[in-house]
Amino acid sequence: MTILEDRPSNPAAGDHDRPIGHGRMQRKEDPRFVRGKGHYVDDIVLPGMLHGAILRAPVAHARLVSIDTTEALAHPKVLAVITGTDLQALGLAWAPTLSMDVQAVLVTDKVRFQGQEVAFVVAEDRYAARDALELIQVEYDVLPPVVDARKAMDPSAPIIRDDLAGRTDNHIFDWEAGDKAETDAVFASADVVVKQEIVYPRVHPAPMETCGAVADFDPIDGRLTLYETTQAPHAHRTLFAMVSGIPEHKIRVVSPDIGGGFGNKVGIYPGYILAVVGSIVTGKPVKWVEDRSENLMSTSFARDYIMQGEIAATKDGKILALRTNVLADHGAFNATAQPTKYPAGFFHIFTGSYDLAAAHCTVTGVYTNKAPGGVAYACSFRVTEAVYLVERMVDILARKLDMDPAELRLKNFIKKEQFPYANKTGWEYDSGDYEPTMRLSMKMAGYDELRREQKEKRERGELMGIGISFFTETVGAGPRKDMDILGLGMADGAELRIHPTGKAVVRISVQSQGQGHETTFAQIVAEEIGIPPEDIDVVHGDTDQTPFGLGTYGSRSTPVSGAAVALVARKVREKARFIAAAMLETRPEDLEWEKGRWFVKGDPSVGKTIAEIAMGAHGTIALPEGIDGNLDAEVTYDPPNLTFPFGAYICVVDVDPGTGHVKVRRFIAVDDCGTRINPMIIEGQIHGGLTDGVGMALMEIIEFDDEGNCLGGSFMDYLLPTAMEVPDWETGFTVTPSPHHPIGAKGVGESATVGSPPAVVNAVVDALAPFGVVHMDMPCTPARVWEAMQGRTRPPV
Amino acid sequence: MQIPAPFEYVRASSVDNALALLDRHGPESRVVAGGHSLLPMMKLRLARPDWLIDINDLFELDYLLVDTVPNNGRVLRIGAMTRHTTLLESDDIKRLFPIVIDAERVIADPIVRNRGTIGGSLCQADPAEDLSTVCHVLEGVAVVRGPAGERMLSMAEFHRGPYETAVAQNELLIEVRVPIRDDSGSAYEKVERRIGDWAVAAAGASVTLAADGTISHVAVGLTAVGLDRNVTEVEAVLVGQAPTEQLFVEAGRLTSLACDPLADQRGPVDYKRHLADELTRRVLRAACRRAAASISDITI
Ligand SMILES: Cc1cc2nc3c(=O)[nH]c(=O)nc-3n(C[C@H](O)[C@H](O)[C@H](O)COP(=O)(O)OP(=O)(O)OC[C@H]3O[C@@H](n4cnc5c(N)ncnc54)[C@H](O)[C@@H]3O)c2cc1C
Repeated sequence: MTILEDRPSNPAAGDHDRPIGHGRMQRKEDPRFVRGKGHYVDDIVLPGMLHGAILRAPVAHARLVSIDTTEALAHPKVLAVITGTDLQALGLAWAPTLSMDVQAVLVTDKVRFQGQEVAFVVAEDRYAARDALELIQVEYDVLPPVVDARKAMDPSAPIIRDDLAGRTDNHIFDWEAGDKAETDAVFASADVVVKQEIVYPRVHPAPMETCGAVADFDPIDGRLTLYETTQAPHAHRTLFAMVSGIPEHKIRVVSPDIGGGFGNKVGIYPGYILAVVGSIVTGKPVKWVEDRSENLMSTSFARDYIMQGEIAATKDGKILALRTNVLADHGAFNATAQPTKYPAGFFHIFTGSYDLAAAHCTVTGVYTNKAPGGVAYACSFRVTEAVYLVERMVDILARKLDMDPAELRLKNFIKKEQFPYANKTGWEYDSGDYEPTMRLSMKMAGYDELRREQKEKRERGELMGIGISFFTETVGAGPRKDMDILGLGMADGAELRIHPTGKAVVRISVQSQGQGHETTFAQIVAEEIGIPPEDIDVVHGDTDQTPFGLGTYGSRSTPVSGAAVALVARKVREKARFIAAAMLETRPEDLEWEKGRWFVKGDPSVGKTIAEIAMGAHGTIALPEGIDGNLDAEVTYDPPNLTFPFGAYICVVDVDPGTGHVKVRRFIAVDDCGTRINPMIIEGQIHGGLTDGVGMALMEIIEFDDEGNCLGGSFMDYLLPTAMEVPDWETGFTVTPSPHHPIGAKGVGESATVGSPPAVVNAVVDALAPFGVVHMDMPCTPARVWEAMQGRTRPPV
Repeated sequence: MQIPAPFEYVRASSVDNALALLDRHGPESRVVAGGHSLLPMMKLRLARPDWLIDINDLFELDYLLVDTVPNNGRVLRIGAMTRHTTLLESDDIKRLFPIVIDAERVIADPIVRNRGTIGGSLCQADPAEDLSTVCHVLEGVAVVRGPAGERMLSMAEFHRGPYETAVAQNELLIEVRVPIRDDSGSAYEKVERRIGDWAVAAAGASVTLAADGTISHVAVGLTAVGLDRNVTEVEAVLVGQAPTEQLFVEAGRLTSLACDPLADQRGPVDYKRHLADELTRRVLRAACRRAAASISDITI
């Protein structure tokens, strides 16, 4: 039985600098990865397996006139060609999205973005399936597309979602947070107000492994086994049951090794559903794996926020208030994955790390003829956009006030004694101590020395920039009273079983896409029950093998599942106390715990190790009332609040004045993610996130032309950073444990992706200060930087 | 996995065999060298040859040698199957043609350079391809062989425009010959959005200095800005002059007027014109410095 655990008590006071459970150990999963023995969806081969391929729309907006599949069906290796009409007959032409909208699985009426799914071919091999796509004849009646989100609400704009009854425009939602009247009042009386439009363009998570599935429907017992690239196997299973009518207990979702997710693998894509339909129709397992262009053009993008920012302050640099109106481009279907109450995710953490008198934001979501999605790419539910906005606005204010941006930040931080801190948009920041983190980053950077160097260089006409970003995240969604996805509370489960010989297995509901769960979670258990992490197997990614939970995204694994694992281990430890007492013929309250062992108070030589107790539990001794004969436990953890990791980043760039080329010379990242479990894994997450941040700041963008053609459909056009674009990362840390998390951990997966883009852009803008540049939008490509130097900054969209 | 349209595949065993196979399989057959231009296009189904003739066994075309040939004098002979990496690592090239090293360092990445060939690069004639510009600037000669025998083409004759060369369907590029000039220096510089990306714009220059330190011979070429030839406009201005910053500025100005770039995701037209100017100045500066250094080398 799964029980709902009580609120955890505050973590025991102690030395939180000490990493948990063997600290910097090598990752248990790495031997298989470094030897090429990882096992991904595309490695799965089932007897008789067929292969699917998707025909995609070549245009962004068009009425579907006709589809002729005759020639494709005549291909000797083709077994089935499925169209929207076929799905309509099964009631599967449309599927619910994670945001209460619907998305076409295959086009029935109208194409709404380039790359949309039009037909599905099932063939004996992948080559034949791909070849047969060219044999399908489709006639389109091309319509004018809505490409620019700014024009989506024009009365003359074509209506994209005419499938939705009563639709007369492209509006999706309006959402706000904070007190408008109060904020306006503060602005009205402020000494200084600065405004800036800030665009966070559309980017793509581009995981190394593209999305795919192998569906195996057994027509005899009605069981569906679905191997999928998913970050949330349990949520997917529930949704599949709801959509397909296959009862949930007959569905098994397996997420094997996953080659990167970054939010790209949270949603349910038409391809997954089509693999299932293909298997049902043919009675054989069907594999579908998209290619790189399909991944870039049709799966979940990130960002696409056009933000009008305003910041108010006193003359001497006390920041008073922030407000912003955001236009959010959600593409053709509202398929963003957000907790239900929050259509703009956690964007309302845009008040950042500062103690403000007021704040207000509005977000308007619109449809455009672009691929759907909207929350992806390590963004902590839109915290990325929020942090970018506030950290750019603070820099713009610093320029206006002619203040050093570090000094301005230090002056306005929420003070240590103010935590827990209720911000003006409804968050309660659980903990924080910002100034030491900021000061450490400045010390590591040699901040004053850098400013001196910059001054000298400016005199020589050289362009050097120093950019600062101080971010506060809100991660670990979330308390069930506030947060759900499609009605599923955002809790996670853990089951721990100690085998008779003292080895253990812990089963978790979150799924690793590279974050190192098999190591981190073993380390948490190791810390709590005192057996080595090598003796603890971590099982994840298979709904038949693991307890229910919502999965890995939004940096929630350690804050939520990590807590579940710590608590389940404590439960086992408590149970072990009773069994040890029985074995030692003493009372449980007479026993004392030291790592791995209960012993008799005052007589440390008399005690039982966890292994001995496990054997005892499964042995023949008489057990106390209410204690059953095992050393196992389960919990489901409902987090009482989110956790609020933070960090101070400093970026140093050199800009070539002749070409506009930006070189990131140094990057200093001081992170505070609370209690640190495995510092090596934390650093790995940070290195990856910083690289993401440099990529977004300097080169990544999914652009569209006026016809709505995607211009970022290959790695020649969608640039990802390499080792050559990034410096040696200089990382540091402070530790401010979360007061409500059982071990004080806060989550770190997305910190660096969230925190680094503003540091890089702030550095570039700082370098361009001699040209009077106050703001430039990402990506800071050589051409865009040069244009900014000519006084021609322009939004990327 | 991106899947090309169906094709047949055969490995050629010699140059003659490759030519015979091209003849036999006709217009829908293509040779594949490093495959780093052709295969991506096939995977996107932009290229759909019926037959792929693999010339990677033609080791006889993988060479680099300094030679004296009738009419051309002292030349560096580069076999068409010479890989980018071989060029990058060659001491002869480093000494004689630093422009090649400059360019190779910014062509793609080591993985591509290990397979991609000079022959494939020149025959692909991508407008953003770097070695074409380099060969133009060095006034290389292309040796092309077909059923009717061998012909020698200047780069101007060889390179007809974007994606277009004088090599007929049933011919092979065999060799590139680069004349060796004493007292010379050369350089190449490229602006790219990311390492391994194709050029936003690039420029190359080769300069020969006379005994009095004036420029006796010069060639300037551009990449990715709509010019498939050397910037002959600057030659008259530079030849006979002592290399000065003022001269480079004028050369840069003329170059930016001579080019004809298109706006695309890499940048607007005026930026690319600016780069033509900026990079021309930089490569002329570097080439003159290297030429001067090579003279002092000899006198030592
Ligand atoms: C990611 C990436 C980045 C790149 N970046 C750059 C760059 O920045 N700068 C740059 O210059 N290049 C770049 N390239 C291209 C690279 O240099 C290729 O190697 C080169 O363009 C083609 O050489 P190849 O041997 O691979 O030719 P292939 O792809 O094998 O062939 C190209 C064409 O030439 C023909 N061909 C090949 N050899 C001969 C021959 N001997 N005779 C007649 N026809 C022949 C083929 O039939 C084909 O049509 C890049 C490539 C990639 C994949």
